[in-house]
Formats: sequence, structure tokens, C-alpha cells
Amino acid sequence: MAEVMVSKAEVKALEGDKAVAEAMRQINPDVVAAYPVTPQTEIVMEFSQFVAEGLVDTEFIPVESEFAAMSSCIGASCAGARAMSATCGPGLELMWEMFWVASGLRCPIVMAVVNRSHAAPLNILTDQTDMMGSRDTGWVQIYAENHQEVYDNFIQAVRIAEHPDILLPIMCGHAGFVLGHTLGRVEVLPDEVVKNFVGEYKPLYSLLDIEHPKTFGAYDHWDYFFEHRRQVFEAINNALRVIPEIGQEYGKISGRYYGLVEPYRLDDADVVIMIIGSGAGACREAVDEMREKGTKAGMLKVRCFRPFPAEEVVKALKDKKAVAVMDRCACFGAEGGPLFIETGAAFFNRGLPMKLIDYFYGLGGRDTVPSEFCDIFYELSQIAETGEIKPPLVRYLAVRE
Amino acid sequence: MRLKSWKELETGVVILEPGNSVLYRTGTWRTFRPIIDMEKCTHCMFCWLYCPDGSILVKDSKVIGIDYEHCKGCGICARECPRKAVTMVEEVKARMEEAK
Repeated sequence: MAEVMVSKAEVKALEGDKAVAEAMRQINPDVVAAYPVTPQTEIVMEFSQFVAEGLVDTEFIPVESEFAAMSSCIGASCAGARAMSATCGPGLELMWEMFWVASGLRCPIVMAVVNRSHAAPLNILTDQTDMMGSRDTGWVQIYAENHQEVYDNFIQAVRIAEHPDILLPIMCGHAGFVLGHTLGRVEVLPDEVVKNFVGEYKPLYSLLDIEHPKTFGAYDHWDYFFEHRRQVFEAINNALRVIPEIGQEYGKISGRYYGLVEPYRLDDADVVIMIIGSGAGACREAVDEMREKGTKAGMLKVRCFRPFPAEEVVKALKDKKAVAVMDRCACFGAEGGPLFIETGAAFFNRGLPMKLIDYFYGLGGRDTVPSEFCDIFYELSQIAETGEIKPPLVRYLAVRE
Repeated sequence: MRLKSWKELETGVVILEPGNSVLYRTGTWRTFRPIIDMEKCTHCMFCWLYCPDGSILVKDSKVIGIDYEHCKGCGICARECPRKAVTMVEEVKARMEEAK
């Protein structure tokens, strides 16, 4: 471990949104185009203050809508700039059309998403419907559990997106209010360390390179459209290799190592809860409580949802007796939420059996407490014991019947 | 023109070579073919001016024909010609005529 040179970090109490703004300040991107939307507003507020105070060299574009925000980022990225944005919920919806343009044009835009529900009913609180709804748009998607991860993910995201084998935009999700507006302990790396880690962005092509004129985003017929799409299939899957590589490199400067999934007391576990994002905190408590009571409980936190780390998920869970998959999004009409469906598919495709149940939970900012996770572990223990899942397969946690 | 594989293509939807649209044979889209009656043509250049695809062939300030590799058959030349020298003929019929 001789090459490990963990930098001396400054410990700060930061709101999740301010942790993003702080990381953004240290990265000092060329262009930030964003529109304020609750609960993401503080990222834009804080960062525009940094711009006003001259702490960054960033061209800040206070656009008139999220559609314009994403369009500006795409234009800037094609021009060769390191471009960033931040949004959530309905703001993210308004960017939708441009998500595909960003991934198709291979723009490594980094965007914070402060996860918020979609109306109606009108609601500004957290769930992951926004990012889950855009899961197939060719963006890499990673999620944070806590304030430290909000900061760490955003810095690593630059390297992931700009990696020559990926060159795709990336969304970094964190829970609105629960992380975005609460204070948390964040170890902030020295500016120089972050600057060196992200390095200088060297675009593959630039629209501003007038010595070598190019066309960006021309029309494709049936003759080339599919080949261009095939490139994106390849590029996003490359992230399965690159994300852990960057996570290891980041560990060397911070002491915090990252992968695609993160196990908690999983090795000898029989019953497991699989979860994405801030809910993992309460789930950990429940795991500890169940362990004290003698149940071999464990947790698998999924950090990266796109690309879906099927191999790692199966590897981590294949010896378990029963698994509950937690889906914090309103994705209607399928047999369960996206995490459940893809986990089930991963097992089926490898010819492996697994007792899986799905819980939709926490929609519209509803808290999930440790005792509720404990109830799930009791249910899983029952399934492990009998080898049978009593219907329904897909459940709704803590919803009044 | 041999089509590139996804591995051979440049990363992203980018065209590195300016002015290469000439390589794309848009003439295959044509349903109606404009045919110029050279007896009537006064070389006023209206068709050349209006053609959205630059498909009117000109030499020494004289209209000499139409670039059928790229003409999409939009019919603007036929409409704008002051002498009604351009006739739109159904492409299928024009080809059958050629084959005779």
C-alpha cells in the first residue's frame, strides 16, 4: 500500500446540495448552465455565488428553462468545454429530449440530480422517479447514500464521463431534502488534489477548431443510425469496468474506495435487502438490530444503476436464501420496479434460482424507518425457512390499505 | 460507397470531412424526374438559382443538364422555369423510356 497518499482533508458540515457546489467549485468547470428547481436550487444559488465572487473561471449561464440548460451544456460540450448542470424532478423531465442528444453526441456532461418525485399529486419531496424514469437515455447513473458520497461521487463523475472508453453524460443522484437540505459531515479534499484528480478536459473534437471544420449531430438514415446507437451500447457498458477503476484511484487520494455495489455484513448473510441511495442508512441500522437478535441479515447497496452491474449483483447475492429489492420510484405497469426487474433478469439469465420480492417504498418523501426494514427481514426469514413466497410478489411498503 | 461498421465510425455523430454530402446519392429518393427541353431553354438560370440541392449542371454560363445522382425530384425547377422548359416525368416511366 506504499502508493497510497491520502490527502489531508478538511472536515466541514455541509448540506448535500452545498457539497455538490463545493465539488463544482474545486473542479472549476468551463460552463455551468442550470435552472433552479426545488430541492436542487441551492446548488445553483451557491455556485452562482462562487461565480460572482470570482472563485471560479466558469461561464455561468442562467438559462430560462431546463431544456435550455441541457441544450447549453450540449453546445458547450461540443465546443470542447467541460460542462455541468444540476436539476431534479420536473426540471429533469423538461430536459428529456436533450438527454438523448447528449448521449448520442457523446457529451461527457456531469449533472447532479437531487432526486424528487413527479407530479401529480404535486410534491417536492424525494423519491427516485426522476432518474429511474430516464434510466435508458444513455446516461451513466450513480447514487449517493450520504453527504460524503454526494461530494465524492461528483468528483469521480468527471473522470467517469470523460473516460475515452465512455464519453457519455452522467447523473449523480442524491435524495432531496434528506441529503440535499440537511447538514452532514463531509471531508473536503484540498483544491489542488481535486484539480489534479480531474485533470484537464481534452475533447476528442471541438466545434471551435476552425482549422478543422466538422459537422456535429447530422441526420442519420437507416444506414448509419443503428451503428451510432451500437457505439452507445458499447460505451455505457464500458463503465462497468471503468467506474471501479476510478473508484480505486479516488480511494488513493481520499481513503474512500468505490465500486459498483457496496455490501454491508453480507458475507455470511442469509436474508438481504437490496437498496439504492439514502434509505441505505436506516437499512444498516435494521441489519445491525437483526444481527443482535440472531438473524443473519445483510444489505447490498447499489451505487451504479446504469449501466446495471448484473454480474456484481449476482456474485454478491447468489448464495443468499431470500432477497427483498427496494424500489423508490413510481414506475408503473411492470411486474415490479426497475431494480427488481433487472435483478430478477440477472439471475434468470444465468440460470440461477433466487427468492426475490419487491417493495415499492418511500414515494413522495415518505421516510422508511429501521423497524420497517426489520419487518422486511422477518418476512425474508419466513421465506428462507419455508422456501415459499406468499403472494403478492410486489408489495407497497407502509401504504395505508 | 462501402458503409462503415460501428467500430470504424468516429466516436459520436461527427463528420470530420467538410463538404462530403456529395457522396450521398439523394437522387435515389426521386419519384418524379425533371427533364429539360433544351429547345425551349434560354439559360436564364432561374432553375440553377432555385434548386435547393445544387443539381443543375452548368458549363460556361449555360445550363447543360441535371445531376440525377443528387436531384430529389422536388419539382421547384419545373415550377419556376419562365419558359416551361422543365417537365416532371414519373421516374419509373423515365427509366422504362431509358431502357428501351
